[in-house]
Amino acid sequence: MSFIHTLVNGEQESFKPATLTPMQKMILRFVVVGLVYYGFAVVEGMIMRLYEITPIPTVPTQQFFAIMTAHPLVGIFGSTYAIVFGTFLFLVPFLMKKPLWSIPLANWTCGLLAVGTFTFWFAGFLSEYAPLYTLYWPLPADFTQFSLWGGTFFIVGIALVMVGTVLFVVNIFKTISYTPAGWAKQPAGALIGSALGLSGLQAFFSKNKKEHLVSLPVAAIARGTVDTALNAGIILFTGVLILVYMVAALLGHDLRHSAVDALLYKNWFWWGLDLIADGLVLIFVAGTWYLLATLITGKKLYMENFARAALFVEMVVSWTVWSHHLMSDQAQPGILKTVSGEMVTSFELITQGLAFFITLVTLWSARPLKMTHPLKFLLGGLLGFALAVPAGIMQADLGLNRILHNTQWIIGPHVHVAVLVGLTMTLYSAIYLLFPLVTNGAKLYSEKLAVFHFWAHLLGGIGMGAFMGMAGLQGMLRRSLYVNGEFNGYMILAALSGALLLFAFLAFFFNIVMSLGLEGVLGIFTPSRLDTKEPLPAN
Amino acid sequence: MVDSSIVLWGQTLAYTFYVLAIMALMGWFARRVTQPGESRDVKPALFYSFVAFLVVLGVSLHFITYYTIPWKPMDMHRATITPDKVFDISVASHTFQLPSEKLIIACDDKVLFNVTSRDLTYGFGLFRNDHSMLFQMQVVPGHKNDILWQFDKPGVYTIRSTEYSGPAGVNMTLKDVVVVSCEKS
Repeated sequence: MSFIHTLVNGEQESFKPATLTPMQKMILRFVVVGLVYYGFAVVEGMIMRLYEITPIPTVPTQQFFAIMTAHPLVGIFGSTYAIVFGTFLFLVPFLMKKPLWSIPLANWTCGLLAVGTFTFWFAGFLSEYAPLYTLYWPLPADFTQFSLWGGTFFIVGIALVMVGTVLFVVNIFKTISYTPAGWAKQPAGALIGSALGLSGLQAFFSKNKKEHLVSLPVAAIARGTVDTALNAGIILFTGVLILVYMVAALLGHDLRHSAVDALLYKNWFWWGLDLIADGLVLIFVAGTWYLLATLITGKKLYMENFARAALFVEMVVSWTVWSHHLMSDQAQPGILKTVSGEMVTSFELITQGLAFFITLVTLWSARPLKMTHPLKFLLGGLLGFALAVPAGIMQADLGLNRILHNTQWIIGPHVHVAVLVGLTMTLYSAIYLLFPLVTNGAKLYSEKLAVFHFWAHLLGGIGMGAFMGMAGLQGMLRRSLYVNGEFNGYMILAALSGALLLFAFLAFFFNIVMSLGLEGVLGIFTPSRLDTKEPLPAN
Repeated sequence: MVDSSIVLWGQTLAYTFYVLAIMALMGWFARRVTQPGESRDVKPALFYSFVAFLVVLGVSLHFITYYTIPWKPMDMHRATITPDKVFDISVASHTFQLPSEKLIIACDDKVLFNVTSRDLTYGFGLFRNDHSMLFQMQVVPGHKNDILWQFDKPGVYTIRSTEYSGPAGVNMTLKDVVVVSCEKS
C-alpha cells in the first residue's frame, strides 16, 4: 500500500468513521483538539528554549513574554483539559453503564475549549499581551505596558474556556446522578455522596459498612471535578475583575489600582490556581493510574478503600495548600506559611506516594505482564510524579524557598517534569489503551514510532527538567532573560532535550494521522450516523 | 551563618541521589514485572510502614531545616530581633531607589532590608558575582516587605528583581551595589 494511500485512508483502511457512535466521535474530537494544542505548546516551548540561549532577532522581547503568557494556558486548557474532559465524558457513562446526560453539551464543551483557547492565544500573539499567568495585581491592568484591546480579547478567550469547563462539570455530575428514561429511579443524593466520598466518611465513623455506589475511577473523576468547578469560579471572577478595569479604561476612566489589595488578590488567585496544580491534576492522575492498573492487569486494586480515602484527603488538602506559593511574601501571616505552606503541603507527598505504591503493587500482582505501550507510558507517568512531587515538597519549605523561589528549579524539576513526564505520559497511556476501543479496532501505523515516542518523550522531559533545575540551583530565575549567555551550558542542554520532546510529539502525531488517515480524521468531525447514546456500537 | 551556597550544594546532592535511586527502582520494576515469577501478596504491614515513612519524611523535613538552616528561624522571628542596620529601599516604575549609592555592610551584622513598592509587584534578591542567589523575597505594593539577613563573610552582591513585572522589568538589576567588608576600621 502506498504512503499516500495510507495517509489518506489510514493503516489498512481499518478506521471507519461511519461506524463510530456519537460518544466515540465526541471523545475523538476532544483528543484531536487536545493534540493540536499540545503541538502549539511544544512549538512555543521550543521557541522559548531557543530564546533562553540567545534572543531571536525576529521575536521582540514583549512577544517572548506573550508566548510565555499563553504557553501554560494553551497547554493546560487547550490540551490537557480537552483530552481529560473528553476521556472522562466517555469513561463516566462507560464505567457506570448508563448514557451520558447530554452529548450535545459535551460537544459544546469541546467547541468552547477549542474556540476559547484560540481566542486568547491569538489575542496574545497579535497584541503581545504579556502579564503572565500569575497575573499579580495590578500587572494585568497595567495599560502602560499592555494593549487594552488585546487584554480584553485575551480575557474573553479564557472566559469561553471556563464556560466550557462549567458545562463539563454539569455534565459529569448530572450523568452520575440522573435517571435515564425508562430506568428505575436512581438515588441521586446517595450517588453524589458516594462519588464525593461523603458516604465513605460517614461509614468510617459507623459500624454499618455499605457498598460504594460508584466505582473508584468515577469517584476520582467526581472529586477532581469539584476542584475543576471551584477553579472555574475563581478564574471567571478574576477575569471579570480585570475586564472591569479594561472596559473602564476603554471608556476613558482609570480605576484606582489600590482598590484591590495586591496580597489578598495573590492569595485568592493562588487558592484558585492550586485547585488545578495541587488538586484536580493529582486527583485525576491518581484515579487514572488506578483505572489503568486495573484495566492492564484485570486485577482488583490493592488497598482499594485506602486509595478511595486518599483521594478524599487529596481533595481537602487541595483546598488548603495554596500558601506554599506565598512563602516569600513577607506580609503573608506566618501561621499560613507553616500550616498551609509547609505542613499541609507535606500531605501531597503522602497521598501521591500512596497512589504510586498502590499502582505499582497492583501491577506487580499480575506479573508477568507484557510491556505494552499503555504499561510503559504508565510507568513513565509514575516516574514523572515520583521525581516532581519531592522536588515540590523541598521548595515548599521556608528555609529552602528563600533560595529557590522563582528560580528555574520551580519550573523545571517540579512543574515541567510533573506536567510533561507525570501527567502527559499518563494521558498517553490512556490514549494508547483506549485507541482500539474508541476507533472500533483501528490499527496503529507503526509500533516502532510508538517506541520512539516513549523514549524521546521520557528522556526529553526528564532531561529538560533536570537541566533547568541545575540552572535554577545556580541562581537562574524563571520569567526572566539572560542575554549574556550566563547559563548557556544548561540552556543548550535543555533545548536539546526540548527538541527530543518535539520529535516525540511529531512521531506520535504522524503515527496517529497515518493510523486514521486524513479522511478518517475529517470523518471524526461529521455527525454520527448511529442513533444511539451507548458509548460503543451494538455489535 | 551557613552560606546559602552550602545549603544548595547539599540539596543538589540529596536530590541527585534520590533521582538516581528512584530511576533505578523504576528500571528494575519495569524489567521484573515482565518476567515470570511468584506474585506473592504484598502484606498490609508493608503498606502501613510506607505510609508512616512518608508521614515522618514529610514532616521531619521542615523540622530539620528549622534547626540546620539559620535564616529560617531568623526570618520567622525577625519582628523580635533588633537589626544592626536597616536599609529602606523603594521601587517604582521598574527602578530601585537605594538610600545610598552603595549599601555598605560590616561582617556579622544583621541587616534588615525594608523594600516598598509604589506600583507593581516586584522581587528583591541579592546575587553573587557567579549569578547564584544569596536570598530573595517578594515586594508587594501596599504591604511591608522586609527581610533580615546576617552577613558573615566579605563579598559584593548585585540586587536583582526576582519577580516578573512586565517586559520592562527584565533589566531591574543594580550591579555590585551591596558591599560586605570584614576589615576592622
